[in-house]
Amino acid sequence: MTKRIIPCLDVKAGRVVKGVNFADLVDAGDPKEIARAYNLMGADELIFLDIMATLEMRDTICQVVEEVANQVFIPLTVGGGIRSVDDLRKILRAGADKTAINSAAVNNPELITAGAKIFGSQCIVVAIDGQRRRDNTGWNVYTHGGTRNTGLDLLTWASEVERRGAGEILLTSIDADGTGTGFDLEMTRAVSEIVQIPVIASGGAGSVKDFLNVFTLGGADAALAASLFHFGQLSVAQVKTGLKKSGIPVRIMDEGPNGKVKVR
Amino acid sequence: MSVGIIDYGMGNLKSIYKAMEYLGYRVKIIETPDALLNVDRIILPGVGAFPRAMENLAAGGFINEMKLAIDQGKPFLGICLGMQLLFEKGYEDREVAGLGILQGEVKRLDTKLKIPHMGWNRLCMRGRTHPLFARISSAPYMYFVHSFALSQLTDDVIGYTVYGKELGVAVARNNVFGVQFHPEKSGEEGLRILRNFGEMV
Repeated sequence: MTKRIIPCLDVKAGRVVKGVNFADLVDAGDPKEIARAYNLMGADELIFLDIMATLEMRDTICQVVEEVANQVFIPLTVGGGIRSVDDLRKILRAGADKTAINSAAVNNPELITAGAKIFGSQCIVVAIDGQRRRDNTGWNVYTHGGTRNTGLDLLTWASEVERRGAGEILLTSIDADGTGTGFDLEMTRAVSEIVQIPVIASGGAGSVKDFLNVFTLGGADAALAASLFHFGQLSVAQVKTGLKKSGIPVRIMDEGPNGKVKVR
Repeated sequence: MSVGIIDYGMGNLKSIYKAMEYLGYRVKIIETPDALLNVDRIILPGVGAFPRAMENLAAGGFINEMKLAIDQGKPFLGICLGMQLLFEKGYEDREVAGLGILQGEVKRLDTKLKIPHMGWNRLCMRGRTHPLFARISSAPYMYFVHSFALSQLTDDVIGYTVYGKELGVAVARNNVFGVQFHPEKSGEEGLRILRNFGEMV
């Protein structure tokens, strides 16, 4: 089984925001073009975060997913503002393979249970934002884009979402996010050890070494990055090549005797 | 060339539909058994539980027509649960008879590793490379999501992966094919397998 590398795209009103800055894009805000480019670079999955996530915008993100799913054939996850089973259904129908729920899972944990039962655990990713407690005794769960301390203990919550049928945990470290100085290894490790389901580490990626560490020391199954990839500081391919050299199993497409495969 | 995708209420058909359309095939969603007559290729997709899937196929009247189409030589591809249904028996929740088109039984993965087996894993060729795998690399990565699998490496197995042990994840017998992974979610190499199926004579 390979370790997965997952670029995350912030989408607002049908456009990728914060920009993407790598070669050959005609339109740096077009989700389709960006998704296609990441697919060719060897991204293992893509995550779209709907950062407006208002009710009116729900249809817009569905449209984005639908357009991307027409031409990019790797797993797609959509998150942001999902509140109900009906939201889950709409997003999956639009062509997403998985949905990521965050605040709504905390407010209404039953949504995890119901979602897993109706659509299957493999469709339900629970996103958890964790921050270290000041007294250094562990981590708390935050919601609403990391602004609201729920008072929930991270490890307690991680166990509960697994018990309720989540298929994966997308774990973001608020402390590490945006620093570019590496994933929160201690937090990632603590969660990976306590649950059986895959953990996607997020927040802090700045170098190939950071990815290596989060897999070897953090015990993560997948790692997510956003701006690092978008601004071309590192490409998905560079990360994977580096990981492979260090003995981490990753999916690299053109290693067969028949060389690189092109369809159409 | 037209490709029919059987809709029997087991999961999302969108991805496989889009993939076949992307490859340039005329794609039809098959909601009634008689519609199987009007397509050149048949795909049985599926996500969910084995017993419910067999009930739905039976209730929809698909079983005889599917077997008839296979006897007539139409290329037939089962994907994921659709592959599992091809075998004689399944043991998800309870023992249930499958379509019995291929020999074998479907059992829960017997491993200490995480279940479901989810993510990218290698597809290794068994024996001579089958035409279904023409022009792909020798051990490409495919995307898997499953908790049950063919329990033994039967004679029909043309590809396997390693997850705790060797699992038969691709089978072929004459015009019947099955893959446990999701070619429609496995990037360019997955699309190539679907195209190979489409070009099968």
